[in-house]
Amino acid sequence: MSRIPVAKTYKLYIGGAFPRSESGRTYGARDAKGGFLANAALASRKDARDAVVAARKAFPGWSGATAYNRGQVLYRVAEVLEGRRAQFADEVARTEGLPARRAAAVVGAAIDRWVWYAGWTDKIAQVVGNANPVAGPYFNVSAPEPTGVVAVLAPQDSSLLGLVSVVAPVLAGGNTAVVLASEAHPLPAISLGEVLATSDVPGGVVNVLTGRVGEVAPWLASHMDVNAIDLTGAGEGWGELELAAADNLKRVRRPADEDWMAEPALDRLTWCLETKTVWHTKGA
Amino acid sequence: MTLLDVSAGVAEATSSDASLRRFLHGLPGVDQVGAEARAAMLSTRSIKTTAKAAAIDLAIRMVDLTTLEGADTPGKVRALCAKAMRPDPSDRTVPPVAAVCVYPDLVATAKQALGTSGVRVASVATAFPSGRASLEVKLRDTRDALAAGADEIDMVIDRGAFLSGRYLEVYEEVVAVKEACGDTHLKVILETGELATYDNVRRASWIGMLAGGDFIKTSTGKTSPAATLPVLLVMLEAVRDFREATGRQVGVKPAGGIRSTKDAIRHLVTVNETVGSDWLDPAWFRFGASSLLNDLLMQQAKASSGRYSGPDYFTLD
Amino acid sequence: MDLSYAPAPESRAIVDIASSYGLFIDGEFVDPVDGTPFKTVNPATEEVLAEVTAAGPQDVDRAVKAAHRAWSRTWSRMPGRERGKYLFRIARLLQERSRELAVLESIDNGKPIRESRDVDVPLAAAHFFYHAGWADKLRYVGLGPDPRPLGVAGQVIPWNFPLLMLAWKVAPALAAGNTVVLKPAETTPLTALLFAQIVQQADLPPGVVNILTGAGETGRLLVAHPDVDKVAFTGSTEVGKQIARTIAGSAKKATLELGGKAANIVFDDAPIDQAVEGIVDGISFNQGHVCCAGSRLLVQESVADDVMARLKRRLATLRLGDPLDKNTDVGAINSAEQLARIRELSEVGEAEGAERWSPACDLPDRGYWFAPTIFTGVSQAHRIAREEIFGPVLSVLTFRTPAEAVEKANNTPYGLSAGVWTDKGSRILWTADQLRAGVVWANTFNKFDPTSPFGGYKESGYGREGGRHGLAAYLAAHVEASR
Repeated sequence: MSRIPVAKTYKLYIGGAFPRSESGRTYGARDAKGGFLANAALASRKDARDAVVAARKAFPGWSGATAYNRGQVLYRVAEVLEGRRAQFADEVARTEGLPARRAAAVVGAAIDRWVWYAGWTDKIAQVVGNANPVAGPYFNVSAPEPTGVVAVLAPQDSSLLGLVSVVAPVLAGGNTAVVLASEAHPLPAISLGEVLATSDVPGGVVNVLTGRVGEVAPWLASHMDVNAIDLTGAGEGWGELELAAADNLKRVRRPADEDWMAEPALDRLTWCLETKTVWHTKGA
Repeated sequence: MTLLDVSAGVAEATSSDASLRRFLHGLPGVDQVGAEARAAMLSTRSIKTTAKAAAIDLAIRMVDLTTLEGADTPGKVRALCAKAMRPDPSDRTVPPVAAVCVYPDLVATAKQALGTSGVRVASVATAFPSGRASLEVKLRDTRDALAAGADEIDMVIDRGAFLSGRYLEVYEEVVAVKEACGDTHLKVILETGELATYDNVRRASWIGMLAGGDFIKTSTGKTSPAATLPVLLVMLEAVRDFREATGRQVGVKPAGGIRSTKDAIRHLVTVNETVGSDWLDPAWFRFGASSLLNDLLMQQAKASSGRYSGPDYFTLD
Repeated sequence: MDLSYAPAPESRAIVDIASSYGLFIDGEFVDPVDGTPFKTVNPATEEVLAEVTAAGPQDVDRAVKAAHRAWSRTWSRMPGRERGKYLFRIARLLQERSRELAVLESIDNGKPIRESRDVDVPLAAAHFFYHAGWADKLRYVGLGPDPRPLGVAGQVIPWNFPLLMLAWKVAPALAAGNTVVLKPAETTPLTALLFAQIVQQADLPPGVVNILTGAGETGRLLVAHPDVDKVAFTGSTEVGKQIARTIAGSAKKATLELGGKAANIVFDDAPIDQAVEGIVDGISFNQGHVCCAGSRLLVQESVADDVMARLKRRLATLRLGDPLDKNTDVGAINSAEQLARIRELSEVGEAEGAERWSPACDLPDRGYWFAPTIFTGVSQAHRIAREEIFGPVLSVLTFRTPAEAVEKANNTPYGLSAGVWTDKGSRILWTADQLRAGVVWANTFNKFDPTSPFGGYKESGYGREGGRHGLAAYLAAHVEASR
């Protein structure tokens, strides 16, 4: 008799742990042809709330780490992901219905994207920060700082590369993230959580939810302790979410057509950064 | 401010609130980054073999074995005293610790248990740990401990007064307690975790020394962070400068959070390279600790037997 | 009680030094064509460590040609993203083999293991890590959308930070798409040769990194080679000027990192204990073999006595001796030649009337040693206040006003670095503005970071290393010709 494979249980990733949804619900993740793949946790508003709490708790440590240290951590993600390339290629191929070669290319690009942003951690301040020649005896320097907790609605079409492309820049800048994975293709997101959990990313820096955009996103958009929201995967209702986000003036990134295979533009990184300018007198 | 200014200023520094403030704020500042870098560098020192054995032996003799819990009982204190006199019942070469540190109401018990062993009894006092009581109550608390036979008093300063800038009040309170102590050794607890900055640690150290404290002590052990190496460094610089200015040597006691031999040795290295061997003596340097002692014993057993030991082989008291 | 530290030597077993080394050309260790052998010694013991090769003219030519070939065929064509991955690999290999590199560096150079372990090697790895991330981001360097590499970089580095200087040179060159021929210093070739092995482990395409050991003549040949497009040199001002003359009239670009005579300015409101640490670090770090060493202490007269008393007390606690002992603060002087120069200038200092002081300090019988030394009563006219000594020798001068401090600090042909110590932020920034120096440290000293440009004004050289500015020195802006 042939060996029966051990099926994997997909849960949420919150605060460095893998809990089930507090609601006790799941939904069936399907492959490209509609076949059953696995049950994914169906996150509730309370799971979203817990994820925000975890992200806030992780913020001082992550934003306070040196840029060099954050770069090392993000590079470590790439290293660990590289070792699990086959698993991810398989997951992406099945859920998105991509041919094997295309799936492998997508995974390779996702790994390289981590490397790209690992390199940005200690350079972004040098590229968008500057000394300002103010007219007077003052030292004046502007430098970017992370905005805080960022809610990310991951792209619906690209379950791994798209996800990495929107989450990695949030982290590179020193923010912490609550991510709602692609609704139709949630499984690679949870597998990515497993990679993050084993690659020096402190618990709570990234929190991954799986579930319905319509159910969870409004709670994230209106949450008063979320500082920014990326509406990339919001779909039709993104205007409503932006409206809710206005209550505490969240920084909002509107959905746009993005080619995930292409080199990202700098605004992917800067949209969730603040600029701090310091003045100081100069005198003997 | 130079040392010459300091020695000229000591006498008049405490003549009024304004002059004490001027004096304390005239002390050289402490750069946090530099002080922490120096402490971190010192903690890379590698103390091996004979030096390690000597350091462990010294550290044991410097321990103020402490129990300061609401749940303390005479039975608990007697057990601690037995441990203080014979830290390792299986090895007679292990020296006794310096003192046992308890609350005032258990001083008599400790005194009786320790007898003529030479291990001293230290008592916390002055509404330890918060110090939130009237001077009258603090003095009464101190006298209680003295009457019960305490050899040393560990008082707390009024951090509220300090942080609101009433330095003279802090100073006068220490003077009053020292007066009550007479010849009995007074340790002045600064509670550095609540003072927050190294500049404050340096200033509070000077208040404690100017007021006649025999020791300055980092912490009550009831707040976090307690003793840290940079705080110790700043306090050592203060006792060094104070002796230079006045000729009087003041001891230092880090307390709280020192749990491992490695930690203790780092402290001794910091003493060694900041103030030198004059302070490497239980008369001038103490560790306020409880669990540290067993780790010192365990490390010593490793040094003498050549194999690692385990916690089951040391008494829990 | 006297707490004397027992010896705590780092094990030497981790390094494996061959009896002789060839040259690293085109990805392989090869025998020289016209090179000649010479020996490298452990300056702490005078023990011969290995025989290495001084590359001759044909060896230099071979290496430059290999580098040029690798540049035109492989390295300049490779996408930055992939180039970056090679640099990340090197960074990781440096981290993985860090203890081995640290021990080897201390053996060959004489610096304390505490410094090679905690400063040189981690910073070298960090330089590769930082520059790896730039390889695919060159359009953000600030030279326009499509900057181009220069070609072959001929790099000549000094003996004071052998591996770290290698990293400062090689990492940005490779990140920008150049290939390199690097010559380590005559007295410290071993970590560069170990780096060559790391390059092999990283599977870097052959010819991208070539390492030629040798002395001044090999360096001259390299710099003058017609196929070298970029010269990067760290060393003396004298040699720097020779290089500037050599490349004059050619298309070669150059970065020169030369001597210094840094002023460490201590104002009366300085955080005094940390300032003393900074002064000690400024002069004893790496035995004072640092181009940015704080070799001139400018202290405000009102605190001069206090600062000197504290400084002497602190210097007396420095531990001089076996570089491999983990508790050593001051190691060996790198070479007999350097020791002779330090001695000579110290004698000149005494002869010119400055007062000399050193802590009581036992020097080992074998090897090259020099106790930390302070000269007081030094004036601007003294040679020890003007010339770079490159040893643990501090000249102390005093000043009365901030303007006088600045005037004295700037009164030198050098302009590499300076230190400012005061609790007053405004004074720090004013002083920094006035100083004609490429790096100003405030309430700290001798700090280095891959993101931070380093380099001097005036005769301390030109160009910067580190940060965006250092990388730009390995790139040329590319402008499309108009039709």
